[in-house]
Amino acid sequence: MSIDTGRFVRSNRTEAATAKKPSRVGGVAIWADERLGLGTAMKKNLRKVFPDHWSFMLGEIALWSFVVLLLTGIFLSLWFQPSMAEVTYEGSYDPLRGIQMSQAYASTLHISFEIRGGLLMRQMHHWSAMLFIAAMFVHLMRVFLTGAFRKPRELNWVIGGVLLLLGILEGFAGYSLPDDLLSGTGLRIADGIVKATPVLGSYMSFFMFGGEFPGEVIIPRLYIAHVLLIPGLILALITAHMLLLVYHKHTQWPGPGRTEKNVVGFPMLPVYMAKAGGFFFMVFGITALMGGLLAINPVWKYGPYDPSKVTAGSQPDWYMGIAEGLMRITPGWETHIFGTTWSWNVMIPAQILPMVLLMVVLSWPFIEQWVTGDKREHHLLQRPRNAPTRTAFLAAMITAYGLLWAAGGNDIIAVMFDLNLNYITYFMRVAIFVIPTIAFFVARKWCISLQRSDQE
Amino acid sequence: MNTNLPAERSREVEADPIANPGLPAHTWRPTDVDPHAERRAERQVALLFGLSAICTLGFLVSYFALSIGEGGDTFLNLGASTVALGLFMSGAFLFMGIGIIQWARKLMSDQEITEERHGAASPQEDRDATLEALSAGLEESGIGRRRLVRNSLLGAVALIALPPIVLLRDLGPLPGDALTRTIWTRGMRIARDVLGTPIRPSDMEIGDLINAEPEAIFEVDDNGEHVIEGAELQIAKSKSAVVVVRMEPDEIIPGPGRENWSVSGIVAYSKICTHVGCPISLYERTTHHLLCPCHQSTFDLADAGKVIFGPAARPLPQLPITVDDEGYLVARSDFTEPVGPSFWERDSE
Amino acid sequence: MVLLLLGLVISGTLYSLLSPAQAQEQQSDEQLVAEGRELFLVGCAFCHGQNGEGVVTEDGESQLGPPLVGVGAAAVDFQVGTGRMPLTQPGAQAQRKTPLYTEEETAALAAYVASLGPGPSIPDASDYSTEGMSDEEREAAIVRGGQIFLTNCTACHNFAGQGGAMPQGGYAPKIRGVEPHYVYEAMLTGPQNMPVFSNGNLNPEAKRDVIAYLESLDETPEYGGFGMGGLGPVSEGMFAWVLGIGSCVGAAIWIAAHTTRSKKDKVEA
Repeated sequence: MSIDTGRFVRSNRTEAATAKKPSRVGGVAIWADERLGLGTAMKKNLRKVFPDHWSFMLGEIALWSFVVLLLTGIFLSLWFQPSMAEVTYEGSYDPLRGIQMSQAYASTLHISFEIRGGLLMRQMHHWSAMLFIAAMFVHLMRVFLTGAFRKPRELNWVIGGVLLLLGILEGFAGYSLPDDLLSGTGLRIADGIVKATPVLGSYMSFFMFGGEFPGEVIIPRLYIAHVLLIPGLILALITAHMLLLVYHKHTQWPGPGRTEKNVVGFPMLPVYMAKAGGFFFMVFGITALMGGLLAINPVWKYGPYDPSKVTAGSQPDWYMGIAEGLMRITPGWETHIFGTTWSWNVMIPAQILPMVLLMVVLSWPFIEQWVTGDKREHHLLQRPRNAPTRTAFLAAMITAYGLLWAAGGNDIIAVMFDLNLNYITYFMRVAIFVIPTIAFFVARKWCISLQRSDQE
Repeated sequence: MNTNLPAERSREVEADPIANPGLPAHTWRPTDVDPHAERRAERQVALLFGLSAICTLGFLVSYFALSIGEGGDTFLNLGASTVALGLFMSGAFLFMGIGIIQWARKLMSDQEITEERHGAASPQEDRDATLEALSAGLEESGIGRRRLVRNSLLGAVALIALPPIVLLRDLGPLPGDALTRTIWTRGMRIARDVLGTPIRPSDMEIGDLINAEPEAIFEVDDNGEHVIEGAELQIAKSKSAVVVVRMEPDEIIPGPGRENWSVSGIVAYSKICTHVGCPISLYERTTHHLLCPCHQSTFDLADAGKVIFGPAARPLPQLPITVDDEGYLVARSDFTEPVGPSFWERDSE
Repeated sequence: MVLLLLGLVISGTLYSLLSPAQAQEQQSDEQLVAEGRELFLVGCAFCHGQNGEGVVTEDGESQLGPPLVGVGAAAVDFQVGTGRMPLTQPGAQAQRKTPLYTEEETAALAAYVASLGPGPSIPDASDYSTEGMSDEEREAAIVRGGQIFLTNCTACHNFAGQGGAMPQGGYAPKIRGVEPHYVYEAMLTGPQNMPVFSNGNLNPEAKRDVIAYLESLDETPEYGGFGMGGLGPVSEGMFAWVLGIGSCVGAAIWIAAHTTRSKKDKVEA
């Protein structure tokens, strides 16, 4: 079937939607409208205009990854048993037969080895979780660099920031569930971080774990947070995020015919819907490809969690990388006073700095507004070079992030590149202050010279 | 200098006197003007959907044809079922997605359309009406005037936040002194982890490392059931695991008051890192350094467990040991300080 | 010092002389020791001393080569057989490389060093082989070996035996695909900085079980797909960014890219 493009161009007004003799689809629409009264809302939105640019689709990667997460997660929940009750493994994976383990770990093995497609779904779930958070980061950077967070979109920026935080928490809760050696080690570190809290630390730890670490309640508790509480919040916030997107209309790049007063692009129906829908299938396909070919989190090799065991290369998932890096490079500072212990070596990297970072991210639009005094609405995007200070700030942040990520994997780097582990840490302790500063000035200078060459 | 700030810059742009030239003229695609190209594109899209369907069939076939798990089918030494299901599912979705997008790119209209934009704020009259309604409502409620009502309400609301917090009290017991003790007691034997066998000093050569636990971990009752099991076992292990190493006795620099805590060059230290609690057993035989794989804190076991590198702040607690009547290594007592990560009320002075 | 060493050498020789062995074997043993001594003086004595007493560096702080009295034949077989010794440069951690000595020469060196003082001898295949075990026994050995491995080995050598970093530039090498008898010798002798797992520490059966587990790791298929180096979450994160985000962004660029344009104008129907 071919589509007469000319007709679409002519029918770009709303009257055309109410044809005299409704088609079959139209009939359904009328049936629905008589009951739901959607006509008024749909009148504008069916042909709502979305500007077309690849960088506007980064948030979509996160959205579709979240859909993949929901679908695969529902599958996994059919067999996963969030219980720390001890069982003797009698499943089909020989090297662990007869070993005592938690039901959570045993059921993870069951999904991996006895449910057809179960391992694929587990791996897709894990890969899409990594993609979900990575895509949120990329999307956040795009919005930041182009100034798309400026008025009137500050609240949507805040929602996005909270979504990122929730995504990370959701990911942490998720990879703690299988109760394997690595996830247990992660929980143990989390316990150590909680215990470092002044005054309340040990109480918080005991309340979290229902007594002493590791106890027998943490996995059921994390499970309900992982499958209900946090995804519920994420879903609600995504809805708000999208509603605000529709209300504000998408930002666009400046160009001929594009102004602060209009939005130029393709209509939601059919082009954008096809492109977005097609993109969902592609994201799903890419995740399936990774899930089928690349082994992620092979829990059967780690073995069940045992508080006295550990493996070289104990790392969290990548999005915890900066906290991990900070914890590795912070020197062993501790204050002992009046019979109390203040663990700066834990509080600074794992409690204070992540909090500060989150606050800076969430309040950035307001800080920038306050500094520049710019209180007008903006719908045209800025090229990153035209906001040199902001771009340079992000360059510094990305550099710091990369350095900390590397610091969090310093043992792997030491082995891969034949370097001295200790020197990497010494280097990072200095580099984390020096290199982002250099990156800031270099990026700023570069932006300004790009501006100059634009003007010529 | 200031002109580079974002706001300055955008003002500059707006002051630009060049008028917006409007949208450029639309140009057509081959598929718009050439019926052959159009039909070719149609066939291409249909082919992609066909490929997707084939992949779906492939998925179904491999679901039933390939066995999984231990002894299941393999392909290039990979689990054949997972690989096949993944590849076919990926194909089914990718071809579908590419087909739909190709349809949109080649066959759906690519004429850009324009929509007007309005400020985010509501029209002034709506806003005025809302503000009026708001103040009328507030006025009628009298919340501004009736201070007594308002303040007593605020007080009650603040108080009603307490029950939900109090209800969480039973999330767990209070710490008490649980963090300060382990299951080690005077005379408890040190046993090899996993194997559960006790250790004689003569079993160990210089340079030997034994990952060990208190013998109570492996204790069984008359019916062969473990005495400590489940959560209790995990908790016990998470605090009482030790590393036992043997070095030349003259290499040991005992801490003050710890002169008799070793047995002919054999020392035992807590395996739980004092940073955030990872178990440590990356031991270097010649330097006597013990490295934590989580954050690389390094401890010197020849020198009272002193921290020599990394984020840990306190030495590893040492377990005082001796030998019992039968010549096996035993603890002289529990650890003399809390093991594992710091907590606020820990007296570390 | 020299006296002491001499004494050790003599007692070592006496020990090897007095150890119960067949006359003929003894004969060839002596020959082997003599051959080994020749090789030792040429290739090893510079660092380890004329009589394997070790050589201290000029500042007296560290050792150019450690004493070899009492390290046993197993240590020599491991170090020389895997090419770790002789070192290409002093100071750095010995790496596995193509051995410099033939098997016979290695055996001779081992015999000579063993003659210096009693130490662990080269293990026999029967010490670590799981052949002759029933399937159930073998399976039980693998399960036990896995637990021992996770307790004693993974901390340095990683859960998949891929190795890991140690302080000050040291590293625990990859132990996958290493010949069983070298794995056994490594546990027995604690090469370089590795702690010793002597027979009093981990008995021979426990060592055999660990080897059985390592072999089973090689035999088991990669159920989930390619392992990306077996390095855990770091490599997973790299793949998520490069491959995952890379291809998703690539797809987005393709989706938003403009298609080719025609110069022709549309003929309105």
